[in-house]
Amino acid sequence: MSLLSLIFGSKPKTANMAKERLQLIIARERVDDGKPSADFLPAMQQELVAVISKYVHVNADDIKVSMEKKGNYEVLEVNIVLPEQN
Amino acid sequence: MTRIIVVTSGKGGVGKTTTSASFASGLAMRGFKTAVIDFDVGLRNLDLIMGCERRVVYDLVNVISGEATLNQALIKDKHCENLFVLPASQTRDKDALTEEGVEKVLKDLEHLGFEYVICDSPAGIERGAVMALTFADEAIIVTNPEVSSVRDSDRILGILQAKSKRAQAGGEPVKEHLLVTRYSPKRVEDGEMLSYKDVQEILRVPIIGVIPESESVLHASNQGTPAIHIEQSEVAEAYKDVIARFLGEDAPLRFVSYEKPGLFKRLFGG
Ligand SMILES: Nc1ncnc2c1ncn2[C@@H]1O[C@H](COP(=O)(O)OP(=O)(O)OP(=O)(O)O)[C@@H](O)[C@H]1O
Ligand SMILES: [Mg+2]
Repeated sequence: MSLLSLIFGSKPKTANMAKERLQLIIARERVDDGKPSADFLPAMQQELVAVISKYVHVNADDIKVSMEKKGNYEVLEVNIVLPEQN
Repeated sequence: MTRIIVVTSGKGGVGKTTTSASFASGLAMRGFKTAVIDFDVGLRNLDLIMGCERRVVYDLVNVISGEATLNQALIKDKHCENLFVLPASQTRDKDALTEEGVEKVLKDLEHLGFEYVICDSPAGIERGAVMALTFADEAIIVTNPEVSSVRDSDRILGILQAKSKRAQAGGEPVKEHLLVTRYSPKRVEDGEMLSYKDVQEILRVPIIGVIPESESVLHASNQGTPAIHIEQSEVAEAYKDVIARFLGEDAPLRFVSYEKPGLFKRLFGG
């Protein structure tokens, strides 16, 4: 804690950390439950399309993302097919 | 038709029993014939919060095992004409709760003309908690704005969506309501506590209310009076708002924003 915050008694703002940690852990646990709630996938797919399009030309449909559970692992698979160059 | 409402949370000590007592009382105050059942077999508490502990003779397990009739076990509330309490057993363990037994008790309550049955769930995700939610039509998910409580609420939502009769029948699902309790607007404002909006965004369940953190809950439990009866307290008002929203009335959230004490109050105390 800095001297200033000691003097003025300000406490650390930790609520944002709580929120971020919860969002991650809950997304993961919902996948674990086998519930069809990997519902961040569509948003992630769109963001990937946006990022990749900055550098190479791709069709939105050619980027596929999926989440699967294999034994103790979760596999996040991203499949990007680049259009044929001619 | 009886509506069965489970008050659940996963995590312990977040305010399920406080909420069950006030929610059941609030419905009874609105004129509905209501029963509130303590599913916390082995650790009963609802009788204390309702202030009827000295009138407990028979309990839920006695009824299930046929040692008493439902009418013998139901305790009439001291504040509300049409409210009855069905206490949990203090001596048995949760295995005494069979699905058939619980179902029969709920059916019998329906025959007695109860309009609402509130099931106060024990903490955890084991038998007692599962029995409390199995026959639910609606669920109140009690959550504190704190990481472990939010995560446990998400777990119990998963269980509700897997193990309730409604989920298994594949028809209309259990109607879920989020209730954020022990809320401190000042700490939220200071960035120390998750806001109710954060909690709602994470759990994605429609919010039915926010109950502030308040000393009046302790005063209420000391006296054996549900918090909704504590005149002029924010907690009582907040619980009455929950009832209004539950009954489909329009009631904006109150007691969720922090007002800085004015200079006068800071100088002279309030
Ligand atoms: N809004 C509130 N403000 C302050 N204290 C509260 C509030 N709600 C509940 N409490 C306190 O929190 C404690 C736990 O409450 P309660 O017994 O209702 O929780 P519970 O979820 O039923 O616990 P358990 O999991 O053990 O059954 C009690 O001491 C109660 O007085
Ligand atoms: Mg309890």
